Amino acid sequence: MQIELIYILVLGGFVGFEIIRKVTPTLHTPLMSATNAISGISLVGSLVAAGSDHRTAQILGFIAVTAATINVVGGFMITERMLKMFKKKEKKSS
Amino acid sequence: MNYLTEVVYLIASVLFILGLKGLSHPESARRGMHFAEIGMLLAIIGTLVSGHIVTWEWIITGVAIGSAIGAAMAIFMPMTAMPQRIALSHAFGALAAVLVGVNEYIEKGVYHQELTTGLMSAIGFEVLFGALTVTGSLMAFGKLSEIIKSAPITYKGQNFINVTLFFTAVGMFIYLIFFPYQTVVFYVMIGLALLIGVFIVMPIGGADMPVVISLMNSYAGLAAAATGFAINNKVLIIAGALDGASGFILSIIMSQAMNRSFTNVLFGAVGSSQVDANSLAEARPISRIGIEDAKFVLEQADRVVIVPGYGMAVAQAQHAVRELSDELEKRGIAVEFAIHPVAGRMPGHMNVLLAEANVSYDQLLEMETINPTMDTVDVCIIIGANDVVNPAARTDKSSPIYGMPIIDVDKAKTVIVMKRSMAAGFAGIENPLFYQPNTKMLFGDAKKVLQELVAEFKK
Repeated sequence: MQIELIYILVLGGFVGFEIIRKVTPTLHTPLMSATNAISGISLVGSLVAAGSDHRTAQILGFIAVTAATINVVGGFMITERMLKMFKKKEKKSS
Repeated sequence: MNYLTEVVYLIASVLFILGLKGLSHPESARRGMHFAEIGMLLAIIGTLVSGHIVTWEWIITGVAIGSAIGAAMAIFMPMTAMPQRIALSHAFGALAAVLVGVNEYIEKGVYHQELTTGLMSAIGFEVLFGALTVTGSLMAFGKLSEIIKSAPITYKGQNFINVTLFFTAVGMFIYLIFFPYQTVVFYVMIGLALLIGVFIVMPIGGADMPVVISLMNSYAGLAAAATGFAINNKVLIIAGALDGASGFILSIIMSQAMNRSFTNVLFGAVGSSQVDANSLAEARPISRIGIEDAKFVLEQADRVVIVPGYGMAVAQAQHAVRELSDELEKRGIAVEFAIHPVAGRMPGHMNVLLAEANVSYDQLLEMETINPTMDTVDVCIIIGANDVVNPAARTDKSSPIYGMPIIDVDKAKTVIVMKRSMAAGFAGIENPLFYQPNTKMLFGDAKKVLQELVAEFKK
């Protein structure tokens, strides 16, 4: 295994840790659905499997593509839907 | 992997990080999500043009079906069902990771005999954590949507069985690293991991779901990162690391908010034994309040704090809560919402529901912010919350929740508790708050009571 991949994992983990610590607790649910959508990036692995010329790989890949796409499309859409709801009320005239 | 694809993956990784950074404030959150979406689109296009794709029909069908299901879920699922949806999406994410792992095993192991130690470690980790997350999340989904009983299911020797299963699976994983071509061991290990996922969530009750969901979030991320190792894909490692870190931090926040360790949540099965305190309850007097008197008390206040709990979600009372808050504000009364980190069934649950009901996000305050000023609050309204406002956590060393940080509602001048009945909270723990002289009980369905109260104000 290439050591550079471990570098990436460790550094990526640190960046994630620092950024996510700063996420406001108000947005913890959108955070979960957003990270979920982002980790739907396993779609890229699924695409390669589904697009190969082995029958087993195609079937496994097909199910994986479907599952990952549900997360990517659904995850981003629902995050947007939630974030749209977080509004600040204009100062009332009273 | 060609050069262009690698560059595209790098750009995508940066956009993901920027996307999550946006979530530090509601103002910047939506722009951040657009970054992340662009990143995802780039990564997908980059993969499709990388030259690895030889057949298209499976991809197109999968993407079409996945998009349709994902979009339908996103559009039609009510906000109250959000915890279930999140749990389900962890299962989907982990399922994709497991299948990619199995495929890699077949491809490299069965066809080409190219399983190195490093590759087998990555695949093993991926399918082990992935499979456990698939069934664990499905169990959480079942419990949250009440398809299966949400109360903890316990039996004798449960922890022993779980620990044995877990170590057997880990043992098989280690064995595979040395003897990667033992296909039977590989599939049995996946089967065991699937079982572990079921068994580990079975004894966990509804109130502990925020921790379970966060842990599953973390596992799904780790499985995705392991996928990145298995197929040598860096953007997957970064996205997985971000997801894993996020779930990990949320699990820590949730555990701390309950004053419990991970192990305690996973093996503790709260709610199974603490029903003995109830005998105390009957003897002590409580003081009730009616709708009209509640209106009178609220009218006299300058500052009102509303503390929502899971009961508000169950009663779907968030819109009625907002109407009440509007009526109070019309009369010049300051209204704030105090949100406990573990109120509800997932991190941020109450915030999403209140935001849906159009409550301004700057009115949603965290426990640490509100507590120091609690003694200047005139009226505190508790809606469907119990354990998170139980002063026994501060004072009673024998209480099972002793030490858990709570919202100090008992320090407010008057406390109005909206509750369906005197039945104990989820964990069956007696709440001395209800018997305090400054506490008034307002019994009934939260939504109905709130609507009546609003009607009273509108008279």
